[in-house]
Amino acid sequence: MVAVLFSVSVLVYVVFILVPGGDPAERMAGKNPLPANIVNIRKKWGFDKPFYVQYVKMMQKAGNGLIGKTGEYDILTSFQTRQNVVHEIKRGIPVTMSLCIGAGIIWLFFGILVGFFSAVTAGRWSDRLITTFALIGVSMPVAWLAVMLRYFLAEKPTNPIFPDGEYVPLTADPVQWAYHLLLPWFCLSVLFIGFYGRVLRSNMLDAMNEEYVRTAKAKGLSGKSILLRHVLRNSLIPIVTLFGLDFAAVLGGGAILTETVFDLKGVGWYAAQSVGDLDLPPIMGVTLYGAFFIVVFSAVVDFLYAFLDPRIRPT
Amino acid sequence: MAEPATDFTLDSAALLAAEEHEVPIVGRSPTYLAWRRLRRNYFALFSLVVFFLIVVCCALAPVYARHVAHTGPNEIHATEHVSVSGKETQVVSAGSYIDPKTNEFVVRGVTVLGPTWWHAGGRFVLGADNLGRDVAVRLLYGGRNSLEIGIGSALICSFIAIVLALLAGFFRGWPDWIITRFFDLIWAFPVLLLAIAIGSALQVNGFHHFGINIEPGSNWIPLLVISYVLIPYIGRPLRGQILSLREKEFIEAAVGQGARPLRIMFSDLLPNVASTALVFFTLIIANNILTEAGLSYLGAGVQPPNPSWGNMIASGQDQIHTAPWLAILPGVAIVLTVLSMNIFGDGLRDALDPRAKVRVEH
Repeated sequence: MVAVLFSVSVLVYVVFILVPGGDPAERMAGKNPLPANIVNIRKKWGFDKPFYVQYVKMMQKAGNGLIGKTGEYDILTSFQTRQNVVHEIKRGIPVTMSLCIGAGIIWLFFGILVGFFSAVTAGRWSDRLITTFALIGVSMPVAWLAVMLRYFLAEKPTNPIFPDGEYVPLTADPVQWAYHLLLPWFCLSVLFIGFYGRVLRSNMLDAMNEEYVRTAKAKGLSGKSILLRHVLRNSLIPIVTLFGLDFAAVLGGGAILTETVFDLKGVGWYAAQSVGDLDLPPIMGVTLYGAFFIVVFSAVVDFLYAFLDPRIRPT
Repeated sequence: MAEPATDFTLDSAALLAAEEHEVPIVGRSPTYLAWRRLRRNYFALFSLVVFFLIVVCCALAPVYARHVAHTGPNEIHATEHVSVSGKETQVVSAGSYIDPKTNEFVVRGVTVLGPTWWHAGGRFVLGADNLGRDVAVRLLYGGRNSLEIGIGSALICSFIAIVLALLAGFFRGWPDWIITRFFDLIWAFPVLLLAIAIGSALQVNGFHHFGINIEPGSNWIPLLVISYVLIPYIGRPLRGQILSLREKEFIEAAVGQGARPLRIMFSDLLPNVASTALVFFTLIIANNILTEAGLSYLGAGVQPPNPSWGNMIASGQDQIHTAPWLAILPGVAIVLTVLSMNIFGDGLRDALDPRAKVRVEH
């Protein structure tokens, strides 16, 4: 896992410093740099030294940022807002956490429900209806869905059913917090519910054709018991893997589009702002942050997978 | 021709059956059977036709622009007048004006010409945007860009993923280790985040290494970025399947016969994963179009003023109160395209393997 984190940081370095053409110091300095800034950046980041020195210096800066030492060019500073990148990411974490944990619970629950119901009534009209809706859900660009929902449900009507974006902290008012997050939760979940529903449906249909199910039925287990205790349990294993990775992805700033449209100033939103300004240090920071989450969660998921499926042992 | 019972052998059984049914019994290849199953799935075929229609319409965008709308995707007509059903209206109305009858200053927001639905003789069929550009023309040209990037990146991505999966699955050992680490490295990032990171990093100055010169603002940047970021999406499941195929006896037999690795990879392994790869290819076209839309929405994909369905949604979002169609229409286009490709992909998967064990790993 450490090796992956290390290679992730190397990749980030390669992508941001080595690969793009032109002078990295000029790029770091943002949109309208002063010549003194550029020289300063070049010295502090070591762009005039060989690439391994540059990499070490970059990691030093990220590390300094985490610990919180100050100094204008010593820490991973965004050159557009002159803020410490790590500090900004920390500010966005509560919002992103609220959005993602809530949405995660919703999409896991409904995804499994939808998939289960669809597999149990396979071939009939209810299955076809659910599958069609799932396909439509998977085909929608999240940004567009968010814009449409926000416009039609929260901005246009004179008595909107839902509030128009903005985030109310949990500590301030829990009811408003949940109320404001309903639309974003729905938006973020739609794609995943469709996807998980289809995956669970196909897994369950495959499991229902397995021999052990036939044996269980021959032994006299009731249909419902078979479904719940054997088929569902075994079909849930790949879902756990998927959920772990997807959850880590959105937690690490993957819900960029939803956060941007609904004005929820989380980690993803911060990344989107920096893209607009072509401001590289925050993008680097958020990318590292997201990768960290995914690496940690895949290790957890691998471990869990071995626990759930006795045929697989941790290596 | 009646054959006596003693002449019945296994070899003549087929001939006898053919005589009884008066149609020769012919063995059918799996490909033919799959094609026949697909042919009967009218829904999937209909979706494929829809997808092709969309592609053709977008490819014919210059024709539409020149002959029907008489304008280009980036031409600004903000101050022009257009006759809609005989009435002269401004494309982009100034907004506030002085009422000639009462001499009062009437304050009104800027209004943009809505969809004319062919009343203006082919111009501004779907309305105009805030800069006075024809939305229908931009939609078609934007479709061109989005589809170009989506399908192009799907092709490149699939090709690289198939090659890498074959190498990893066949050779196992250290090539497998390197390639798996490579997949893990890319897959360790949230997809969209990595895509916008690389996309924006490259947009600043372009890519000028190894003799390849890509200017910032070129369509190649989102194309290459999306194909790079989604290599593991196809590569990992394919590698898993090839690894399990590798253990089968017919591969062992081929190796024992002295077949060279290249031959085994392309004549034995590849045809067996072809159906999985084909299904993934259709699904990844859909996925890529969505990713490109997200990328362009955020500004790291196709750069304005070049249209793309994604950045049209972004710019339409600002006008959503006065001109909602600007944000609604590109999204509808995306949904139709992606949905048709998804439905066809599902139908293809059902046709190729009715009891499909094709898993789309994420």
